[in-house]
Amino acid sequence: MKKSKNLIYSAIFGVIILLLLFFLEANKFQYGMAYTILQKGMILAVVAVSMNLVTGFTGLFSLGQAGFMAIGAYVTGIFLIPSDSISEVYYISGVNPAIASFKNWLESGPAFLQPIIPYLALIIGGLLAALFAAVIGYPVLRLKSDYLAIATLGFSEIMRAIISSPQMDRVTNGSYGLKKIPGFTSIFEPFGIMVVCILLMVLLLRSTYGRAFRAIREDEIAAEAMGINLAKHKQMSFIIGSFFSAISGGMLAMFMRSIDSKSFSVSLTYDILLIVVIGGIGSVSGSVIAALLVTASKEWWLRFFDNPLFIGGVQIPLFRTGFRMVIFSVILLIVVLFYQRGIMGKNEFSWARLEKRLLKLFKRGGAKNA
Amino acid sequence: MTLSTLLQHSLTGISLGGAYALIAIGYTMVYGILRMINFAHGDIFMMAGYFMIFSMAVVPWWVSILLVCVLTIILGVTVERAAYKPIRSAPRMSIMISAIGVSYLLQNLATYLFTALPRAYPEIPILKKIFHIGSISSSLVTFVTPVLTVLLAMGLMFLINHTKIGMAMRAVSKDMETAQLMGIKINNTISTTFVIGSFLAAIGSILYFTDRMSVTPFSGTLPGLKCFIAAVLGGIGSIPGAVVGGFIIGICETLLVAFGYSTYSDAFTFILLIIILLCRPTGLFGEKMIDKV
Repeated sequence: MKKSKNLIYSAIFGVIILLLLFFLEANKFQYGMAYTILQKGMILAVVAVSMNLVTGFTGLFSLGQAGFMAIGAYVTGIFLIPSDSISEVYYISGVNPAIASFKNWLESGPAFLQPIIPYLALIIGGLLAALFAAVIGYPVLRLKSDYLAIATLGFSEIMRAIISSPQMDRVTNGSYGLKKIPGFTSIFEPFGIMVVCILLMVLLLRSTYGRAFRAIREDEIAAEAMGINLAKHKQMSFIIGSFFSAISGGMLAMFMRSIDSKSFSVSLTYDILLIVVIGGIGSVSGSVIAALLVTASKEWWLRFFDNPLFIGGVQIPLFRTGFRMVIFSVILLIVVLFYQRGIMGKNEFSWARLEKRLLKLFKRGGAKNA
Repeated sequence: MTLSTLLQHSLTGISLGGAYALIAIGYTMVYGILRMINFAHGDIFMMAGYFMIFSMAVVPWWVSILLVCVLTIILGVTVERAAYKPIRSAPRMSIMISAIGVSYLLQNLATYLFTALPRAYPEIPILKKIFHIGSISSSLVTFVTPVLTVLLAMGLMFLINHTKIGMAMRAVSKDMETAQLMGIKINNTISTTFVIGSFLAAIGSILYFTDRMSVTPFSGTLPGLKCFIAAVLGGIGSIPGAVVGGFIIGICETLLVAFGYSTYSDAFTFILLIIILLCRPTGLFGEKMIDKV
C-alpha cells in the first residue's frame, strides 16, 4: 500500500520534471537564465554527490575535487574540439601531432558512432581520473583527516600546475586553455548523464560496499574488527568519487565551451564543499537539492546584491560587486555553526517525510488562523 | 650559474623563508593546541597586507606597523571567538569546514571591500634601502627578515618554556580537559595562542609584501598552504621545526624558480608534503604521537 503510493508520487514527480524540461527546451531563448542555471546545477549536483560519497559517506575529507574535474574537463575538451578549428585553438605552439592524428581517426569513424563520442570522452576522462586517484590514493589515503585534506588539496594544485605548465603546451594549450568545445545539444543530455551518474552512486551506496563505507565513517576500528578491509574500501570510494568528479568536470567543459586551468582552482572545491555542507553531509538528495538551490541563488536570485540599489532615488551603500559572495560566505558560516545538519542532515528525501512536514505546517497554519 | 648569482638567490630564499617561518609558527601553535588546520590563517595574513596599505596612507610607517599588528590581532581573535569557539567540541570535519568558511568569507570580503585588482604595497623607506656586499646587492628587508624571524622565534620559545602563560599553553595542548580541571582558563589560553599567531602573521606579512609590492584578495591562499606544509615539515607543534621548515621551503622554492622551473615550484611544495607525511609523519622535530584506541 505505502510502497505503491510512493511509486505513484515519484512517477508524477518525474513526469512533471520531464514536462518542465520539455517546456524549457522548447522555449530556451525566452527562459535562457533558467535553462543555463538548471544545466549548471545538474553538473554541480553530480560532483557534489561524488564529494558526498567520499567525504560524507566514507568520512575521508578529500579536497581534491577540482583537480579531478580538471582531468575530466581537459580530456573531454581535447576529444571534442572539432579538428577543423584545432589549429585556431592551439595557435600559440601548435598541437601535438599524436592528438591531431587521433582526432582525424576519430572523426573518420563511421557516422553512427559520432553521437556517442561525447559520452566516450566523459567516460575516458573519468577513467583517467580514476587512474590518477588510484595512484595517489595508495599513499595519501593512509593519512588521517586533516592531513588527507591538505594532501588532496595539494594534489589538485599540482594538477593545475602541470596543466598550465609550458611543457604541456602542445597538449593542454598551457595557460591559454581550450576553446571552441562543442556544447550540449539539448538540456536532456546533462539531465540524462546526471540521472545515470547519481543513480549509479545511489546503487553503490545501497550495496554492501556502501554499508561498509558508512561503517568506516562511523568508526574505523570497529569497522575493521567487523572484517571490513579499510584500505580497499577507502581506495574504492576515493576512486569512484574521482571518476564521477571527472565526469562532472567533462560536463562542465561542455557547458562552459572554453576552459582554462584557472577555473579549476581551490575555490571550485570550496564551492562544491559549500553545496555538500548546505545539503547535509551524508545525504545524496540533500546534495542534489543544494546544488540546484545554491546555483540558482548564486547566479540568479541573489544577483541583485551585486547591482547598485536605489530606493526612492537614494542609493543604498552596501550593494555593489562582490556583496553577493560576502552574503554567501556568511550563509555558509551560519550553516556550519548553527545548522550543522544542513537541509537534509543524513536523511534521504522521502515522500512520507514530506507529507508529514506539510501536514504539520498545514496544521500549524490552521491553528494560527483559528 | 655563477657563485654570486647563486648567493643572491639564496639570500632571497632565506628572506622568503623567514617570512614563511613566521606564518608557519601561527599554524603550528594553533594545530598544537586545537588540533585543527587554521585555513583562515593565510587570509588573516592577506588582510594584514591590506591593513598596512590603508594605515600607511594616513600615518607614518612606524605607527602603521603598530596599528597593523593590533588590527591583525583583533581580527585573529575575533575569528577564533566567532567561528572556532562555538564548535570546539564538534567533530573534526566541522571545525575544518568552519575554518574553510572563514577563509572563504575573508577572501570574498576583501574582494568586496578592496576589489580583486592588485593594490600597490606601500614602501617602508628604511626596509627598502639597498645594500651592497661585494657583488651582491639587496635591500635591507632581505637581511632583516631572517634575523627578526630567529629573534622572534627565540622570544616565543622563552615565552612558552619559562612563563606561566607558556606553561598553560603546553598543558592545554597536552590535554585540554585535564588542564581545565587544574584551573587553567582554556579560552584565555587559546585566545593568547591566536594573539601570538596573528601578531607573527602581521610581522610576516610586512616582510613578505615589502618584497612583492602588491596585495590581492587571493595572495594569502598559496603562501598559507605552503606555510602549513612548512609547519608539517618541521613537525607540527614544534616552533623551531616551523622555523626550519619555513626556511627550507623558502630556499627550495627560490632556487627552483632561479633554475627555471617556476611552474613547478608550487607543485614541489606539495610533493614534499606527501613525501614527508609518508616517510616521517611527525616531521623533522615533531614528538612521536601514539594513536589511542
